[in-house]
Amino acid sequence: MTGDDARTKAGHGRRGFLKAATLGSAAAVLRPSTLLGQPRSGRSLGEGVGGYGDRSPFETTLRRVRGSRYAQAAGSLTPLQNLNGSITPSALHFERHHSGIPEIDPSEHRLLIDGLVDRPLVFSLAELQRMPAVTRTYFVECSGNGRVKWSPAEPDTDAQAAFGMTSCSEWTGVPVSALLREVGASAGASWVVAEGADACRMTRSVPLDKAMDDTLVAYGQNGEALRPAQGYPLRLLIPGWEGNICVKWLRRLRVVDQSYLTREETAKYTDLMPNGEARQYTFVMDAKSVITRPSGGQQLDEPGFYQISGLAWSGRGRVQRVEVTTDGGRSWAEAQLQDPVLPLAHTRFRFDWSWDGSETTLASRCIDETGDVQPSRAALIAARGTQSSYHNNAVQGWRIGRDGRVENVDV
Amino acid sequence: MSSRSLHAGIALVTVAMLGAGKVEGQTLLTGLGRLAVPSELETWGAIVGPDGAGLPSGRATAAEGRVLYDRRCAACHGLTGQEGPDARLAGGRDSLAGDQPRKTVGSYWPAATTLWDYVNRAMPFDQPGSLTSDEVYAAVAYVLFLNDLVDEQDPVDADSLPRIEMPNRAGFVDDPRPDVVAAQAPRP
Ligand code: HEC
Repeated sequence: MTGDDARTKAGHGRRGFLKAATLGSAAAVLRPSTLLGQPRSGRSLGEGVGGYGDRSPFETTLRRVRGSRYAQAAGSLTPLQNLNGSITPSALHFERHHSGIPEIDPSEHRLLIDGLVDRPLVFSLAELQRMPAVTRTYFVECSGNGRVKWSPAEPDTDAQAAFGMTSCSEWTGVPVSALLREVGASAGASWVVAEGADACRMTRSVPLDKAMDDTLVAYGQNGEALRPAQGYPLRLLIPGWEGNICVKWLRRLRVVDQSYLTREETAKYTDLMPNGEARQYTFVMDAKSVITRPSGGQQLDEPGFYQISGLAWSGRGRVQRVEVTTDGGRSWAEAQLQDPVLPLAHTRFRFDWSWDGSETTLASRCIDETGDVQPSRAALIAARGTQSSYHNNAVQGWRIGRDGRVENVDV
Repeated sequence: MSSRSLHAGIALVTVAMLGAGKVEGQTLLTGLGRLAVPSELETWGAIVGPDGAGLPSGRATAAEGRVLYDRRCAACHGLTGQEGPDARLAGGRDSLAGDQPRKTVGSYWPAATTLWDYVNRAMPFDQPGSLTSDEVYAAVAYVLFLNDLVDEQDPVDADSLPRIEMPNRAGFVDDPRPDVVAAQAPRP
């Protein structure tokens, strides 16, 4: 709409004030289209109703692809710094695939459960959706999340680059325990090998007791079907454990008597120590937190009030406490946690703060209900060296410059 | 009798055994799912365990595998398995405790069966599932040869593969976490 159109419309308008403003010399200063009290959107019909909703064209935050020779064996990271609350929009859930995203017709998809069972069974999606279901909120985090923190901090690394391989959704599905009761796991069964239907038929061994405890075969994510990038139509969801073991596009569960030493639990996702030994079956994601606002790459406009906000989570249970420092670690104070604090889910924390304009460093640390404390980078490296790739849960620092710029810094 | 009614029969029996309905903390069997028949199970593809469970028949030597490897693998993994551009498959022995660890099949992998399982399901990266069982044995034999783990004429098959001594077999330990002494600071 041009300014002339706007003026004409306003001239025929209902409100005397607007009319007055368009007459006389005030019009040059207070053009109706720029009056905050009378937004342009109020003077023409909006879009009609529609089928599947889009976000506002003004909202442009995106996942960021991490460079790789192949887009099919790569990752894309969630823009944590631009999110609110604790749920990650499905379209922004981080991705990590090893052989691309398969296109699967749900009517053709089957889940086979075989191996050490009384009755090997094949389930269609429709049959799985007839079974008793549960809905739970869980984070999924790649064990490589935070990997950059094994190296000294680069000033330009932002929250997305350092921590964007965690996301949190509401998942709906069938407990694996119910499925294993249907097939009747036999004596000697101790592990379950899960296999996906993607091009590498991604495979992981899952200890039977965890599978029987709280593991889901999920078909729902945030109220709708799983996204293709999250395993449509079926994925394993192993709460609190590293993302890779939550096998997507799940097609088979084979009940077996030992770990099958698949590539993903030997060559990958094992943590190399300085003495050359590697830790295996490091499934649990440790207590972790990151301030997302203000965070790397952002700019504080002026001294004054800013509520600090971030996410905390732990694969061992509930977040019990988050502590925040606004003076580079000299003192720590407790942040408020957003209720309800759910186990094995992202928890939003907030901390009221007023910036006095001087240079300082912000950081947060998570303490979970088991007493696990998020360590400093130095403490983590003292225990594990710098070559273990996975499971880095070091405290994240953000330096605020005198100019208001926020940068990544080690604390 | 169809497999469906067979399973339904079993479910009914179990339901009857459980009695009046819900057992504490347990849901009734639903009887859903169709009984898989043995012939069908084979079509789902191999899942191979460290004791060789799941390995199909077939065999090959590294000498036989060389041509296949050069044609189907070398462009991405290098003629000697060390040049890339994709994952290094060979070399790196005794590098794990250093500053530049090189994790390869020979230096890092604890079991040779993993190689058969993985190549069979995932390689060649751009043509997964295109190799026959014999071809997988051939590629596996050659990658093991590039790592000095078999001789050129050693037959690699379901019997010999699980018995290959991998150098880093004892290199893995269980998860000892929590293992980090967190930096202590005054509590609020
Ligand atoms: C088009 C390139 C390409 C071809 C051809 C190819 N590969 Fe690969 N290979 C890859 C990529 C990429 C990966 C890593 C996949 C991932 O990220 O999970 C890989 C991984 C592997 C690994 C695992 C390495 C590790 O340390 O985890 C092995 C073993 C392997 N390939 C063997 C083979 C064999 C044997 C062939 C031939 C039959 C072959 N590849 C052909 C690209 C290729």
